[in-house]
This record gives sequence, C-alpha cells and structure tokens, in this order.
Amino acid sequence: MDTFVQQLINGLTIGSIYALIALGYTMVYGILRFINFAHGDIYMIGAYTGFVLATSLGFAMNPSIFAFGVTLLGSMAIAAAIGMAIERFAYRPVRRYSRMTTLITAIGMSLFIENLFVVIFSGTPRAFPQLLQNDIYPLFGNAAISSSQLLIFVISIALMVLLQYIVFYTKIGKAMRAVSFNINSAKLMGINTDFIIAFTFALGSALAAAGGVLTSQYNPQINPLMGIIIGLKAFVAAVLGGIGNIPGAVLGGLIIGLAETFVVGYGQNIGIPSTYRDAVAFSILILVLLFRPAGILGSNVQEKV
Amino acid sequence: MPTWLKTFIGAIVAIVLLLVFNAMLSRDGFFGIGIDDYNGRLLAFIAINIILATSLNLINGFTGQFSIGHAGFMAVGAYSSAALTVYYGKSLESAFAFLGETGAQAAVLIVAIILGAIVAALAGLLVGIPSLRLKGDYLAIVTLGFAEIIRIVILNIDSVGGATGLTVPGYANFFWVGLFAILTVVIVHNIVKSDMGRALVSIREDELAAEAMGVNTTRYKVIAFVISSAFAGIGGVLFAHYNRFLSTNDFGFIRSFEIIIMIVLGGMGSMTGAILGAIIVTILPELLRQLPDIQIGATVFKFADLRLVIFALVLILTMILRPQGILGTMEIGGLFKRFRREPRMDKNTGGLK
Repeated sequence: MDTFVQQLINGLTIGSIYALIALGYTMVYGILRFINFAHGDIYMIGAYTGFVLATSLGFAMNPSIFAFGVTLLGSMAIAAAIGMAIERFAYRPVRRYSRMTTLITAIGMSLFIENLFVVIFSGTPRAFPQLLQNDIYPLFGNAAISSSQLLIFVISIALMVLLQYIVFYTKIGKAMRAVSFNINSAKLMGINTDFIIAFTFALGSALAAAGGVLTSQYNPQINPLMGIIIGLKAFVAAVLGGIGNIPGAVLGGLIIGLAETFVVGYGQNIGIPSTYRDAVAFSILILVLLFRPAGILGSNVQEKV
Repeated sequence: MPTWLKTFIGAIVAIVLLLVFNAMLSRDGFFGIGIDDYNGRLLAFIAINIILATSLNLINGFTGQFSIGHAGFMAVGAYSSAALTVYYGKSLESAFAFLGETGAQAAVLIVAIILGAIVAALAGLLVGIPSLRLKGDYLAIVTLGFAEIIRIVILNIDSVGGATGLTVPGYANFFWVGLFAILTVVIVHNIVKSDMGRALVSIREDELAAEAMGVNTTRYKVIAFVISSAFAGIGGVLFAHYNRFLSTNDFGFIRSFEIIIMIVLGGMGSMTGAILGAIIVTILPELLRQLPDIQIGATVFKFADLRLVIFALVLILTMILRPQGILGTMEIGGLFKRFRREPRMDKNTGGLK
C-alpha cells in the first residue's frame, strides 16, 4: 500500500509536467492543426533560461521563495518571447503551404534549437541549483511527498486554472476559441488571427517553460536534448486526451505519467522490465489511435468533401 | 534499340562501373588509381542513404503519406540479419563453400538481405495496416512511436548486444552496397511508372477522389508501405554488414529525420531529387567539418559543432523559400527538356503559344 501511494504521487508529479507541456501542443494544434515539434525544446529552453537566471542572479547561493518565483516567471516570459519569435520567423512564412511543409519546418526548428543549445552550453548535463529547501513530508508508512513534488502540483494546478480562465472567460480566450473553430470566419469577424496565433504560442511556451523549471527542482539534471522524449510523450498525452481539447491534455498527461510510473514500479511482476518505460507512452498512443482516434475527451469530426 | 537490350547494356555498364569503383577502394587500387578509406566510406554511406531515401520517397513523396519512422524498419532489417550472420554466418559460409570463399560470403550476404527485407516487410505490414487508416499527422506520430518502440525492444534483447552494441561480420563491400542502391532506384522507378504508381500518385493528389475513382486506397497505401519498409530493411542489412558494428543509437529518430531531410531537400516525389538529397545530406556535414573555426570574442566556435545547426537552418530556409525542395516533383532529366524547342501550351487558353 505504501509503495502504491508512493507510485501514485510520483506518477502524478511526472504526469503534471506532461500535462503542462501537452497543453501547448493541444492549443497550437487546436488553432493551426499543426504539431509543433519544437515544443519539447521550449521546455528545455525554459529549464536553461531558469538555470542561467538562477546562476547569474546569484540565487544558487541563497535559495528562497522569491528566488524561485523570479526564476520561474523570468524563464516563462523569455520562453514566451522565444515561442512567439519561432512562430513569427519560421512557422508564419510556411503556414499557407501544405501540412507536410509545416511539419518539416517544425522538425527543422527542433533540430536547430537542440544543436544551438549543444553549441552554447555543450552537451554535458548541468546541475540546476536547488532554489527551495527540499523537505520530505511523510504521509503514512513509507510513503512520503517532497516539497518539490508539492510545488509541482500546486503550480501546475494554478497554471491550469489560469489557462482555463484565459480561454473561457476573457475576450482574447473567446478569440482563441473562434480561431480554433474556423480561422477564416474568425478573420472575417475582425479578429486579428496573426496576433491570436502568436498569443497562443506565447501561452503554450510559457507553460512548457514552467514545466522545465519545475522539473529541474525535482530532477536537477538538465541537458540540451532533455526536451525530445518528454515532448513526444506530452504530444501522446495530448492525443490521448483528445487533441485540441484543454482538459483532455491534462487528463492525458496524468494518465501517461501514472502508466509510466506503474510500469516501472510493478512491471517486473508481470514480466515488463523497467527499461520499457519509454515504450509505454507510445504503446498507449497506438492503442488510442486504433480504438479511439479522437482521444478520450475528443469528439469525432466528419471530414467535409 | 529494343528495351530489353537497353536494360541489358545498362546492367552490364552498372556492374562494370561498380567493380571498377570496388577495385579503386581496395588496397591496391584500380591500375594505380585509388580512393582512400574515408572517401570510400562516404561513397558507401551515400549509396545506403540513396536506398533509404528512395524507399521513403515511395511512401512520403509518391503516396503522400507522412511516415517519420524509417529508421525503425532499417533497425529491424539490420538487427534481424545481423543475428543471422553473427550466430550462423560461419555455418552458412561452409554450406556455400562450393562457391569459393568470396562466393560463399556473397551468398551469405544475399541470404541476410532476403531475411532482413522479409522481416522488415512484416514489421511494415504490422505497422501499416492499423496506422494507414489514419491521416497525416497521426500517421507521422504513430510511425515515430513504432520506430522508438522497436529501438527500445532491440535495446532490451541482450543476444543482439543490447546497449553495448553488436559486432557484425563485414560481408558487404562497396560493390554490394552500390548494386543494391541501383536495384532499389530501378525497382522504385518501375513501381512509380506502373499502374500501381499511378494509383499511389492519385492517393497523394486527392485521396477522396482516388477512392471515388475506384482506387482501393488502403490496400495501395499498405502495399507501398510494406515495399518501402522492405527496402529500408535492405538498407539496414547493408549498413550493418558494411559498418561492421550496430548500436541502437544509430536508429534513433535523428536518423529518421535525416532520411526525411534527404527527400525534402531533394524534392518529395522526385526520384532524382531523393538521390540528390541523399548525396547532399551525406556530404554536406563532412564538408562543413573541414571549414575553419570562427572566433567571436574569447569563445571559439568549431564548424564541426556548428554543422548540425547550419544543417537545421538549411532545412528551415528550404521550407520557407522553396517548400517543394530543390527539384520539386521534377526529375533532373526533365530539366533539360526545358531547353528543347517544343511547342508549348499556353497556360491560360490551353492552346499553342
């Protein structure tokens, strides 16, 4: 029972990170019908900007809530700007071309960011400074929750609530939903679609960067290629929940996180070694696409001729 | 000249050229003219990449289905054949001993290639049937996911080396690699020019319309996917037995993306484009490696490190400036037709100019 609770907590922690990244995928897909392959790398950029901020501002020496807050908000803001720049200079020029072209541009962007960061920061992993004291709170038995895990839960829930508010209760959110429903009609109704798309990228990138900073408090090793696998898994989470659907992305992220942790924790008992961890998400993806391509919360869309 | 004679002469010329190249790569060279090991390897990798790019072009370029897991099928071919040659290579060689030493090794390689192609084709069938019902982006993600699963599964099989890698007997030399590159190009070219090729292109242009015209789209997509996987498997077999060492890192999604870049750069849906792309993608990083370092302030940037950055930039800029790739759907041969004096059609009226 102890281990079960512990696995549950660990799974929800990693799942919350997946959910934060999946939100960016799902929003961009909802609006542009386009998989932003570079989104996982934005998560990495978030971790690195956090690292640069924390070390250059001297936060590594005296950790505090303030230091953590500045690092988190700073890297979210920078990542949002980078996300908008990527959209403006790489994706906007190819938006009118075929979907394959945009997909390849995104793959190119992903390779570009990864290799640029390898050149700047070298490929060797860096240690992210601990910005908050990491206490362990025992729950019962051997199960315990650490303060970094609590932090991940609290901040990701807060960000998700904030996102829900922006999308459903503000004017710009209404515009986002309109663009996602039909971009051309939205344009005819006087919505500045270019701005809305840029805003969506900024929002998604900020969430991914928050994920990056939060993960580095939980697992302080950062490297320029850390975004690849986690990005793919977050995309799987978005598809699982129903791509384009915001609560779906959160649900998908949590399911993938839990499934992965349970395979690592209990897989040996049914003959699945823990090294298959990375295969779990992809197996789930394939099953979902076979049996319910629209995802758990998605609705089937009939193709128009 | 009848077609069969042309084909026959072409085949003879190709084999002679391959033998000459192969001799030039050997220690003694061909009448004193030799190619050093570095360039020899580069040539062989170009040939392997031509196999991979041409076969992926069949599914991505001609059928319009976006698969980004080609490295997975390559890995299946490479590892299944390597398992054969590593464990049974010697006994197979003695079984073929009546062909002489070289002949026996060639026979084992061909057996390995057939095995690799069949296993990769089966993997293609397994992946293709469920995932080709999906469209566009989903197919891309499923193929990527499958490739990654295949890689992780191989990583966990200790008998083929697992994480430490596998040393493979070097049965393949440039002759075999080049021969199969030519065979792949010829076969894919013939498929594209056949009835099936027409069906595939119709699927690319408009799947619904193709379906309405009576093309069994799912069937053709699966067939194209299986053929494409089989050739990827052959590419993997040749890679394994030429490189003599296999590591699952060689088959990650970076590898898949590399193959995509080849066909995108050359022009999707162009045979010569895929070949051109394979040549550029193999050579360009090596050329960039030889450029001098640049110094900005106190930091020195080595071109060797920057080459992947430049590579990615080239890809993005190609997409922005020329999304159809260098050749688009044209062939290099078609470029010359432009200069011929032929009556041209007026685009507006449909009449002669």
